[in-house]
Amino acid sequence: MSFMPVILWTDALILALLAGVLALVWFIRRHEHLRAPWRNVAQRPMAMGAALVLTAFVAIGLLDSLHYRERLPDSPPDAPQYSVEVLSVFDALVGELRTQQEKTYSAPLATRLYAKEFVERGGVTVRDYPRLQYGGAHLAHASEHLPDVVRRSLIGLAQGLAASLLLFGLLAAWQARRARLVFGAWLTAWWLGQLGWPGRTAAGMMALLLVLAGVIMQLAAGYHVLGTDKVGQDVLYISLKSIRTGLVIGTLTTLVTLPLAIGFGIAAGYFRGWVDDVIQYVYTVLNSIPGVLLIAAAVLIVQVYIESNPELFDTAAARADIRLLALCLIMGVTSWTGLARLLRGESLKLRTLDYVEAARAFGVSHARIISRHIFPNVFHLVLIAIVLDFSGLVLAEAVLSYVGVGVDPTMYSWGNMINGARLELAREPIVWWQLGAAFAFMFTLVLAANLFADGVRDAFDPRLGGRR
Amino acid sequence: MTRTVILLLGLGLLGGCSDSWNNPYPGSPSDVNVLYSAFGERPKHLDPARSYSENEAEFTGQIYEPPLQYHFLKRPYTLVPLTAEAVPKPRYFDAAGRPLADDAPAAQIARSVYEIRIRPGIRYQPHPAFARDATGRYRYHALDAETVADKRQIADFEHSGTRELIAADYVYQIKRLAHPGLSSPIFGLMAEHIVGLKALGETLQQAARARPAGKLDLNDFPLEGAEVVDRYTYRIHVKGKYPQFIYWLAMPFFAPVPWEAEVFYAQPGMADRNLTLDWQPVGTGPYYLAENDPNRRMVLRKNPYFHGETYPSDGSDEDRAAGLLADAGKRLPFLDAVVFSLEKETIPYWSKFLQGYYDSSGISSDSFDQAVQFSGGGDPQLTDSMRDKGIQLVTTALPSLWYVGFNMLDPVVGGLGEDRRKLRQALSIAFDYDEFISIFLNGRGIPAQGPIPPGLFGYVEGVAGLNPYVYEARDGRVVRQPIETARRLLAEAGYPNGRSARTGKPLVLYFDTMASGPDAKSRLDWMKKQLDKLNVQLVVRGTDYNRFQDKMRKGNAQLFEWGWNADYPDPENFFFLLYGPHKKVASGGENAANYDNPEFNRLFERMKDMDNGPARQQVIDAMLEIVRRDAPWIFAYYPKSFGLRHGWVMAAKPNPMAKNTLKYRRIDPRLRESRRAEWNHPVLWPIGLLALALVALIAPAAIAWRRHERKTA
Amino acid sequence: MFAYILRRLLYAIPILIGVNLLTFALFFVVNTPDDMARLQLGVKHVTPEAIERWKAEHGYDKPLLVNAEAEGAAQFTDTIFFKHSAAMFAFEFGKGDDGRDIANEIQTRMGPSLAIALPVFVIGLMVNITFALLMVFFRATYLDLWGVVLCVVLMSISGLFYIIAGQYFIAKLWNLLPISGFAGGIDGLRFILLPVLVSVVAGLGSGARWYRTIFLEEIGKDYVRTARAKGLSEVRVLFRHVLKNGMIPILTGAVVVLPLLFMGSLITESFFGIPGLGSYTIDAIQAQDFAVVRAMVFLGSFLYIVGLILTDISYSWVDPRVRLQ
Repeated sequence: MSFMPVILWTDALILALLAGVLALVWFIRRHEHLRAPWRNVAQRPMAMGAALVLTAFVAIGLLDSLHYRERLPDSPPDAPQYSVEVLSVFDALVGELRTQQEKTYSAPLATRLYAKEFVERGGVTVRDYPRLQYGGAHLAHASEHLPDVVRRSLIGLAQGLAASLLLFGLLAAWQARRARLVFGAWLTAWWLGQLGWPGRTAAGMMALLLVLAGVIMQLAAGYHVLGTDKVGQDVLYISLKSIRTGLVIGTLTTLVTLPLAIGFGIAAGYFRGWVDDVIQYVYTVLNSIPGVLLIAAAVLIVQVYIESNPELFDTAAARADIRLLALCLIMGVTSWTGLARLLRGESLKLRTLDYVEAARAFGVSHARIISRHIFPNVFHLVLIAIVLDFSGLVLAEAVLSYVGVGVDPTMYSWGNMINGARLELAREPIVWWQLGAAFAFMFTLVLAANLFADGVRDAFDPRLGGRR
Repeated sequence: MTRTVILLLGLGLLGGCSDSWNNPYPGSPSDVNVLYSAFGERPKHLDPARSYSENEAEFTGQIYEPPLQYHFLKRPYTLVPLTAEAVPKPRYFDAAGRPLADDAPAAQIARSVYEIRIRPGIRYQPHPAFARDATGRYRYHALDAETVADKRQIADFEHSGTRELIAADYVYQIKRLAHPGLSSPIFGLMAEHIVGLKALGETLQQAARARPAGKLDLNDFPLEGAEVVDRYTYRIHVKGKYPQFIYWLAMPFFAPVPWEAEVFYAQPGMADRNLTLDWQPVGTGPYYLAENDPNRRMVLRKNPYFHGETYPSDGSDEDRAAGLLADAGKRLPFLDAVVFSLEKETIPYWSKFLQGYYDSSGISSDSFDQAVQFSGGGDPQLTDSMRDKGIQLVTTALPSLWYVGFNMLDPVVGGLGEDRRKLRQALSIAFDYDEFISIFLNGRGIPAQGPIPPGLFGYVEGVAGLNPYVYEARDGRVVRQPIETARRLLAEAGYPNGRSARTGKPLVLYFDTMASGPDAKSRLDWMKKQLDKLNVQLVVRGTDYNRFQDKMRKGNAQLFEWGWNADYPDPENFFFLLYGPHKKVASGGENAANYDNPEFNRLFERMKDMDNGPARQQVIDAMLEIVRRDAPWIFAYYPKSFGLRHGWVMAAKPNPMAKNTLKYRRIDPRLRESRRAEWNHPVLWPIGLLALALVALIAPAAIAWRRHERKTA
Repeated sequence: MFAYILRRLLYAIPILIGVNLLTFALFFVVNTPDDMARLQLGVKHVTPEAIERWKAEHGYDKPLLVNAEAEGAAQFTDTIFFKHSAAMFAFEFGKGDDGRDIANEIQTRMGPSLAIALPVFVIGLMVNITFALLMVFFRATYLDLWGVVLCVVLMSISGLFYIIAGQYFIAKLWNLLPISGFAGGIDGLRFILLPVLVSVVAGLGSGARWYRTIFLEEIGKDYVRTARAKGLSEVRVLFRHVLKNGMIPILTGAVVVLPLLFMGSLITESFFGIPGLGSYTIDAIQAQDFAVVRAMVFLGSFLYIVGLILTDISYSWVDPRVRLQ
């Protein structure tokens, strides 16, 4: 085998989470009353468009979560040795994007460095902008630059359009067959928006994503589309790698939050008495400590642990990963209180309902009452909280990295990018592309998450659902 | 909403109609003879017995006057008297107390005596501690907590006074170094050198324990090694021969402290109002600390009782050509006040400098291309946009060194064996610090050839001083050896192509760094890239300060990054970092690499007591050869400081050793006033645009509302 | 009422003890007193004796939680935890590790923090409500739809970007306001404007959207329909009834953060160089100044609890049906 798979802690959790989500989807599909609100979500154009964008992000994040270590060349076959560098399937797919490093800053699509250097030209040393090693290296003359960029963009555009047309055709054929419609009739229904789901938005969004991907892929083959950073790394690559960090923080933190919030919240509301007192005490204490301090302390504890047990973390990736996990854990521990409070209030109300009281009178066990009567009735609140928290957590990562208690400084993350961009803005002419890229990617993800969350909330919350 | 915004804007303009809108010093006229500067971190200590860091020296250097100072213009750095009559020459005595000749061998010398005579007539800054009433009694030496309760700063005390500086004040301060409550950072070091200081420390500790509530009056405790001869003369007794001691006499640790100040600040209630010597210094220097709000700004004001000093008139011809002697013979100081504002972030700092609100600025490497470019010959020059603004560039090499240390106790990279020595040499070549300097420092550094930075005795410039194990001379230029040499050395060390010849396992090294902040990620990436060239795997471990120190102490690190700033301009101050008995592990010294080469140690012991001269240079050369061959450090670079000054700041020569240079600084406030007005015209169209956008947003709404009203009415 | 407040305040004591214990544990798991001493004493020439002396001077030379050598109650009182925590309940914070009096520092820094936080709170509330009312007024039109989209867009931008953009454009490019700094009195106004503007814009998205849902909920209630049926104009309905009743959840929701305004904002203050309590906390965390961190956490949790009590009181005040017991 020419590689050794590596499963980092967060990888394992992400895969577990994926399995859980798939199981949940399967479960929901089989229960009509659970399906109904989701169908409602699917009918909202904004939510559907956002969902497509989220899918694209998640796909990249998942590809980036399959890690491996390459086998070193000429290592003996009986005792193979592997590089200490941990790569992912995503790295393998993007290939040269990772390895083609320039010396330092270069602007998006540039062919020259952004800083002047001494270059030997015809035996004389002059200070000039040197040519990039990779970006635009295929151009023989500077005048070919613009036409080449335009040509590549057009090819990418065409490829994207072709791909989306093909995909759309397949989709249409499949859907038409399912609905037992003539292909043309389905198309008409699609065009008139009578499908029962926002087909036009979905198709448009898909086309937009594919075209974007096509153009970027075409350009990235010859240029650094979003420029390079201080050590010459491709900013597009950094931004794409940061997606996983953002997603991990947004999802795994919730994974930590949920058991705490659901368990404590329902227990406090259902049992009342001293249980309620203790749980209220705990969350008031946690709530009243500034979150930054808790997070800073936890991150430091993890660092001490890593340093006293260096043998457990043989690669830099493992070290960064454990810190990311710790960050998720501690953010989860500090952020369960809000949801727990909500669930407590709801359970307090639910336990006084007739059928719950009746069940108790019949001597049904607490565990059964909670799992059969209480939990299903608060589940929509949990779901809304998950989708609403996600974007907040992604944004929080940036702030924490700025304060210096975020993810590991060697990790790719938007927070680290913004942090680095602080100095770049003081340059003149300013280096804006790293900040711009972090902004664009983060904004897209958070906006999509927010729009999707809106859709979910409106569909699930019976109070606000009908009023639009 | 709009109305509030307009109202607020109006108010804002009202408050600022007299000067530019973005002037960060509202209410102070811009044509005053005041220098504006910044500090990034609030100083922790301003007590001369405790203060040690660079950012504190910015203040203590102006306020306190030790007996000696560095000559402002002369290079190499030369000591000249400040409050002393002359630079003292030590007299040597043997164990029996008999005087010895100046050239007596160091082994015979049991004690050196420095006799310092200070000039009469020097007076302290105005301070309430000196204030006396009509009967001659101290006004403020018997206060109760209630009287102090409404005092927030020194200026709140109505009366002030002064007193003549006497030799006893210097002796008093030397005793303070041993005070257990002050924990002076150099007490441990000085206890080794000054006769009786260690004993005094123990006595004071016992006395403090015996009387936990009472204050210690240092005048009650004699110190054998510091005696007052007469009103203006005192002597310091130093164990054995310690030629570097003279440099300590130019640091604030040996500045005078009046006993009145200690009595004054020891009164009840003072410490609760932050009125302590640590925050409100009392000195004889050209400036005194008039305002101390470390959360916002600190203001130094001219000391009205300053003894008067004149600008030096003996400079080199280059200095004369640079206009540095234009002020020769004029009375110091020039400025009426210096305002330091707290500025933690780089962007505001740099922006304010460009707007003319700070008079000088260091350049962060990221604002570099805007400010500086290199001419064909490699000389740094200001860019046109800077020159148009009348900004000037000042560069100087700092007496500091950055290095990557190998832990010599580590089994993989440490030890004096030939294979590991070659491994270290290979790595020294691979870490291309020439590239590092150009990427991360934008050329503001000199690739280091050994432990001694430029400006110090023992440093040799150019090809003659190159490190032959890392560099080579090519056409009279110093060039890093090719990576092939490193590969060859690595193979000879037993790691051909980065794998162990014995086990076939890849070589993995661990690098510890305290790097944090915006730049950290790029730097760590760069580190990894360097060893990729050798096929050696580098795992970078970013650590916080405490953990890093801990590792150093326990010797758990493998490679680490560290630096050293000269305390004084003597090679001993750098070589002692590699002296075996100073090992960090076990002895807790400053030798973090735990390097211990007997031959080097022997030479060090000889070198440290020698006077500068060819004989010393010879020993130093031998020592350099040993450390370059053993390569316990990768000598990274000597940092260079590039500073920018606006046109209204008169020529000044940076002197990294001297900390008291503000007194030589002069500005032209009128030029500054006109420039500031010129550079800070507010751009108004965005406000107009915003108003238009609001109208565009609200108009359709208003129209729709009108229509709606009509429909329902 | 008085008895209720008293009881709640007594109830706060175990919470504050818990907060103290937790802070203490978190801090000393990672920082030994030796680390603190070394950080304070600096890099060069630090001897073990100097560290011992520093610890003795600052009261860190005792065991952390339990003193096995002492007798009786002193087992628990003669410890770092007790010596550094007991006085806090009398609001005596002592000195920071840098030797400055913490209570004094808090006093002087409260002003600048409030100078930013209070205008942000008041103006933010006004702007958000105005924006929300506008959207509600034009509900089910394109203005409402795009208003909501604008809110979501504003919400999706990290707060850091607002600050960076504000500083870059307003202060650096257009020379309209100072880029950072602070001054007291009327002179200070120009320093406050930019951080306040940036903070208000940053909070606009989520605030306006939230208030919009509150108003929408109110507008669907029966009494609004009755009022409309009586022939009141839409504007009157909106301002007389919807705004008035909608303000109840808005204000009671805002009360809880009111005391915390004193604590200032960590990020805004450090970006704009405001010498307030927020930047004090950040500095203390970075300098590992335990005394200050502990004091700020204590103050923060105390204010939080005060906020909770105020919320309860304000509920009973606006809605007489709620009885405090």
